[in-house]
Amino acid sequence: MAIAERDATGRTGAADASGTAGTGGRAARGARRKRLRRDLVLLLLMGPGLLYFLVFQYGAMAGNVIAFKDYVPFDGLWASEWVGVSNFHAILVDTAFWHAVVNTLWIALLQLAFYFPVPIALAMLLHSLTRDSLRRVVQSVMYLPHFLSWVIVVAIFQQVLGETGLLNNLLGDAHLHTVDIIGNPAAFKPLVVAQVIWKDCGWGTIIFLAALAQVDEQQYEAAAIDGAGPWRRFWHVTLPAIRPVIVLLLIMRVGDILSVGFEQMLLQRASVGPDAAEVIDTLVWQRGLVEGDYGYAAAAGLFKGVVGAVLVYAANKVAHRLGEQGVYQ
Amino acid sequence: MSTLAPHGTRTAGPRGTAGPRRRRPARTARPAWMERPKPLTRAAKAVALATVVLLVVVPFLIIVSTSLASNKDVVANGGWVLWPEHPTLRAYREIFEGGIVGHALAVSAGVTLVGTAVSLACTIGLAYGLSRPDLFGGRPLLLVILFTFLFPPGMIPSFLLVKSLHMLNSYDSLIAPVVINVFNLVVLRGFFQSVPAELHEAARLDGAGEWMVLRRIVLPLSKAALAVVGLFYAVSYWNAWFYASIYLDSGHWPLQQVLRTYVVGGAQLADTGAGDAGQVAAPQTIQMAVLVVAVVPILAVYPFLQKYFTKGVLTGAIKS
Repeated sequence: MAIAERDATGRTGAADASGTAGTGGRAARGARRKRLRRDLVLLLLMGPGLLYFLVFQYGAMAGNVIAFKDYVPFDGLWASEWVGVSNFHAILVDTAFWHAVVNTLWIALLQLAFYFPVPIALAMLLHSLTRDSLRRVVQSVMYLPHFLSWVIVVAIFQQVLGETGLLNNLLGDAHLHTVDIIGNPAAFKPLVVAQVIWKDCGWGTIIFLAALAQVDEQQYEAAAIDGAGPWRRFWHVTLPAIRPVIVLLLIMRVGDILSVGFEQMLLQRASVGPDAAEVIDTLVWQRGLVEGDYGYAAAAGLFKGVVGAVLVYAANKVAHRLGEQGVYQ
Repeated sequence: MSTLAPHGTRTAGPRGTAGPRRRRPARTARPAWMERPKPLTRAAKAVALATVVLLVVVPFLIIVSTSLASNKDVVANGGWVLWPEHPTLRAYREIFEGGIVGHALAVSAGVTLVGTAVSLACTIGLAYGLSRPDLFGGRPLLLVILFTFLFPPGMIPSFLLVKSLHMLNSYDSLIAPVVINVFNLVVLRGFFQSVPAELHEAARLDGAGEWMVLRRIVLPLSKAALAVVGLFYAVSYWNAWFYASIYLDSGHWPLQQVLRTYVVGGAQLADTGAGDAGQVAAPQTIQMAVLVVAVVPILAVYPFLQKYFTKGVLTGAIKS
């Protein structure tokens, strides 16, 4: 326990020292060393986690240099030849890349239009229930699909909407036309959005319900006594409560606009073909991991990463301008 | 990326296991000020709720029923069954006799158990350090970590890294590259931060070091958050299949990747010990049985997870 005791007394000492830090270089250095010694146990506890970030996040990030190289596996990463931005030139003149970008943006926009409002509406519905017991039962059922893997979700959709699935059997029994949904490129984008709604719309309500739970019940009561009906209470009490959350989620959506459901697309890419299902991530996978063109794939991935980071930054700026809190400050 | 939204720390502290402070009391009836809803509104609400619930429940029912159905049931219904007339466990016997599913199940269980333990240990250590005010290098370290959330390393560099570390065809490749999830880290850090400073001070006066404080005070107070984060990790390890598909050959596959190949991809489970056609369960039945095997563990832990959601532990944490 010797280390712990020294650490315990050390913390108060360092707090004094940091108060006088900045008066002189030597004093500041001494204070810093004191803090380091005081926090040694903490830093040791953090060690494995920090090592993970160093190796598997920043180590991997450094590997992005192959986007600027002509990577030959035999030569290895460092011996491969530098080729400047020619990989980026290759993706920018590649129609397949732009096709994937368009697909990605289309799906992202469809999700924004048709998925994004669903959890908000559902949260309102749940919040309006007067019996908590009923609400809890519905919540437990609604959250469940979020915990299923995409493999299972896609399999369930095949089973229900597929050629021999539930829907077509019912239509057949009723002597109606059967519908061709699974494996039909034309129906793919709506199908993808429907899958996202099924999987995540219940889970998505959590954050809105949390915001709604923060509203003081008395605000509603006061508004009602002042003669505000359900709609005006919604407009003046409920909406202001969830607006920051909506803005926050919109910003996160904008940052994610170039990475729509990689696993979801990859699982169904074979059955509908790349024309309908190729998004940037699946293109990176196809070119890099399947065809072995690592330079091209890394360049496409890096392009996506940089644009995504810039988008989050810009969206957050806009949110601040509009007087919202945003993701960070 | 300077500070996280400050309102996150206010909620869901470990002091009470309940979530937001001003949580309204449980309601069983309509409050006096609320208008009596119109019958039409009530009917619309009921229909909406019933639809949502049925859309989740019915697919599950179909999967379980089809997995239990006899060939006669499957043929009579044209590929799916809502309620098996002659339930049988034959499909389950066949998939486990084949060996592929049994092996994959063991792989998934092992990776999930080991991965969750490693992830929790690493996340707790890092989150606790970052939760201490005035940590040496705390601010820059936090920014460096949060930056990876904004700008994650791409698929290709990650793959080449795992390859260069000679982890291909090793189960390490399913765990090591995803040990810490930044979201889970931030949730735990927020929770640790809300442990009252007085408790830290009191423990320190008694001569306890950081390690003692973490083990004896912070962790016991954070049980609910640890349960949620642990189950998040477990679910993500259990559900993962993509890394297995690029890092491991088919002899090492976990259950989800097997499921992907045989159910979504439509391949036949080759070694089901196929005798004459009459002895073998229908392919739909086999597929749905594999699906059930993959879903059951989630359904088994779900009630425990769910308890914490409704307590509101997560709601506060998510906001940070």
